Amino acid sequence: MASGEDNPKLQLYSYWRSSCSCRVRIALNLKGIKYEYKAVNLVKGEQFSPEFLKLNPIGYVPVLVDGDIVISDSFAIIMYLEEKYPQHPLLPQDVQRRAINIQAANIVSSSIQPLQNLAVLKYIEQKIHPDEKRVWVEYHIGKGFAALEKLLKDYAGKYATGDEVYMADLFLAPQIHTAIKRFSIDMTQYPILSRLNDAYNELPAFLDAYPEKQPDTPVEALG
Amino acid sequence: MRENPRASSGTLSSTSSSSSSSSSKIVLYSYWQSSCSWRVRFALNLKGLSYEYKAVNLAKGEQFTPEFEKLNPLHFVPVLGDGDLVVSDSYAILLYLEEKYPEKALLPADPQLKALNLQVASIISSSIQPLHMLSLLKRLEEKVGPEERSLWAQFNIEKGFDALEKLLKDNAGKYATGEQIYLADVFLAPQIAVAAKRFNIDMSKFPTLSMIYESCKILSEFQTSSPETQPDAVW
Repeated sequence: MASGEDNPKLQLYSYWRSSCSCRVRIALNLKGIKYEYKAVNLVKGEQFSPEFLKLNPIGYVPVLVDGDIVISDSFAIIMYLEEKYPQHPLLPQDVQRRAINIQAANIVSSSIQPLQNLAVLKYIEQKIHPDEKRVWVEYHIGKGFAALEKLLKDYAGKYATGDEVYMADLFLAPQIHTAIKRFSIDMTQYPILSRLNDAYNELPAFLDAYPEKQPDTPVEALG
Repeated sequence: MRENPRASSGTLSSTSSSSSSSSSKIVLYSYWQSSCSWRVRFALNLKGLSYEYKAVNLAKGEQFTPEFEKLNPLHFVPVLGDGDLVVSDSYAILLYLEEKYPEKALLPADPQLKALNLQVASIISSSIQPLHMLSLLKRLEEKVGPEERSLWAQFNIEKGFDALEKLLKDNAGKYATGEQIYLADVFLAPQIAVAAKRFNIDMSKFPTLSMIYESCKILSEFQTSSPETQPDAVW
């Protein structure tokens, strides 16, 4: 959890609403790693400050700083944490299930999230029509969620790929959360994802990582 | 390395050596023009792994056959079969190959460099390629017309390339993250080739990326993984 205590050497540059940052927050919580939360206000353009660009020249969150090591991109960060801090492993031993976890993660990070981020929605609004945003988002989230339902059908247990929390869950949870909270997606068509969402909502590691509970969450969005 | 580069027509055509020789354990479902398939073909070549090429004709909709749907419910290529294992998604496939066949490693041991390679791969597979996929562009064209569609593709590719240029400027050597070829190059080289050819990107704006591409272009492993040399290439 975010700290003030003990001066943890790990720092996470994050934005409360960034689902990519949320994935890493969950990972850190699961592994019991204390970190200093460094808020980067994307709406105010803080990602373009000289200090931040020195850390990550492309201005994206999340960024993890661990001593001398600086890592950007949620997937790269999680893989780094997995190697450096092996407690509560985020990938299963079974090779097929490992691959399914990475595939599920990539369905979210390649087929869903980038097609409903702020920049894309702005484009749709400007070049097509504001009403088209809804159509566009519902289409891409729907397509991705339908694919995930198919993919996980033979693997899901209590969680996405069995009875333990793994990487797929870290990518799924923030995406489902966004779909529900921000886009009011009707989850009844996605029984597995709905069930998983309920399971995630029982876990403090997830709840504490959600947008509503971050140090930089605006007052009106606090959960 | 493929065997018998002669495609047969029909659903999910495959090319492999005749039944008398031992069959390759690895099977790759691929489409010649798919840049995601290209990444895996390139990596298989770099690792010196032979495989059976199974063409999935995306133009004819073969990705929607029940047969293929069983392999990948998202209807994308590439898909890799290795014995009983089936892995979809190029990133998942490449990480699988890296673990199962560790010789000729595509990820460096150094944690910072390893992370950089994963980051480059993520930028391409999440922020660039999905935004210029044919299926997406088709949908977009229906709403905004062909000219705007091209502008959209160019804009997003250049945005991504700009990010990569900044990221790799101080890290690149002969290849993306130094003097050895790694995962970043496996993602980059096909992406640059596609961007330049299909979307007319002015690569002179991206000197580091251009240099990396030139280094990859001369490799036989890259050439034999290129779309036009695949069994299902059409002209």
